Amino acid sequence: MPLKHLIRSAVGRKLFMAATGFILFGFVVAHLLGNLSIYLGADGINAYARHLHQLEPLLWVFRLGLLAAVGLHVLFGIILTLENRSARPVAYKRKKHPRSSLAGRTMIYSGLLLATFIGLHLLHFTFRTIGPQIEMLNGDMPNVFRMIVDSFRQAGYALTYVAAMTVLFFHISHGFASLFQTSGINNEVTLPWLGRLSRTVAIILAAGFVSIPVLIFFGLVIK
Amino acid sequence: MDLTLHVWRQKGPKDKGKLATYKATDISPDMSFLEMMDVVNEGLIKQGIEPVAFDHDCREGICGTCSQVINGDPHGPQAKTTVCQLHMRQFKDGDEIYIEPWRSRAFPVIRDLVVDRSAMDRLIQAGGYVSVSTGGVPDANAILIPKDDAETAMDAAECIGCGACVAACPNGSAMLFVASKVGQLAKLPQGRAEAARRVCTMTDAMIEEGFGNCSNHYDCEAACPKGISVKFIAQLNREYIMALPKGYKEKE
Repeated sequence: MPLKHLIRSAVGRKLFMAATGFILFGFVVAHLLGNLSIYLGADGINAYARHLHQLEPLLWVFRLGLLAAVGLHVLFGIILTLENRSARPVAYKRKKHPRSSLAGRTMIYSGLLLATFIGLHLLHFTFRTIGPQIEMLNGDMPNVFRMIVDSFRQAGYALTYVAAMTVLFFHISHGFASLFQTSGINNEVTLPWLGRLSRTVAIILAAGFVSIPVLIFFGLVIK
Repeated sequence: MDLTLHVWRQKGPKDKGKLATYKATDISPDMSFLEMMDVVNEGLIKQGIEPVAFDHDCREGICGTCSQVINGDPHGPQAKTTVCQLHMRQFKDGDEIYIEPWRSRAFPVIRDLVVDRSAMDRLIQAGGYVSVSTGGVPDANAILIPKDDAETAMDAAECIGCGACVAACPNGSAMLFVASKVGQLAKLPQGRAEAARRVCTMTDAMIEEGFGNCSNHYDCEAACPKGISVKFIAQLNREYIMALPKGYKEKE
């Protein structure tokens, strides 16, 4: 089947959303596992950062792959939302939503907020154009541990990250379950608990990310 | 009991339409919702007001003709029930009831609560059938069908094509309707032969008709008067993935 058909098909485009969403979900999980190395102290996360940068050429393959996945996910998300809006030109005066979740119906907003956050996050920790000044360790490696701790000591940064991860919770709570439904891995047995599993996965991920700015801000665990 | 109705009035497809408020007095709790509408319409005729146009046919919950969104629920508040089978005992004296047509770009309003659902017929024409070659009548049980498959196909075949799934969907998608046809026919050996082409042509026709895309909200399942499960949408997605390597030609 030509790619042209896949892109225009009502199911094909869902599959694009699911496939790119799956890649991004995988990245989020890996990112969280990497972040948790901060609980091993300065040596832990700095060693993790150093090892990551030693993979330099491969790292760029990953980055370009992720960029493509984000780009397609956002592009299809916007196209599908515009089409869905135009499918109901006259709105209901009264409308109930007995099954759908608020998280599901606001995917476009949580998605766009996350895209904005990714931009901020890259400016903050990757390009270091915003945030506190950071000392460099032997050469061009920044002291990642200090970079994170100094930022999250400031309420503004800590709050922004906590808010962004709350949005991530909403996005994944619908997205994770959708991944299975869209790829056809769902039936009457899995349907009832897939939604619950999705919310549990989303809460574990969001809580993992949120723990870092919260514990740093209040000076718990990491001094 | 006495009720206040806010009914969508629209003179024709071009008219903008608006809600009109009418009183429904001395309504028996044993009346069906459509009987209540009949009483209201008789009152309107006596007052010289054009009666509210609404679709209805069998009034026993199987034809899929009645189509009203009642207080934001397609077919009203009772689960797995069409408007004609909904009774006024589901409401309380003094209730305010909002009655609107199915709202979808693919279902243009003809008048008041009547919409044109021929887009769904065109979805069926796009592939919701089994091609039958002419010839002698085959033996009744010549093709064996496992009981589970037969029952799943029957669950999907319960669809009465009313369009409540489209009306309920936040995206105005007809995916549950298409999935019930795809699911029913793909489960049976007679329909299996055309399964790959069917899933492609029917989902393509859905987009051409101006229905939205499915984003797994499942409001369709809650609104479906026959309780058709969204597991059939998962099955449709599986059928599409299995159709991918087969290379379907758009025009034959």
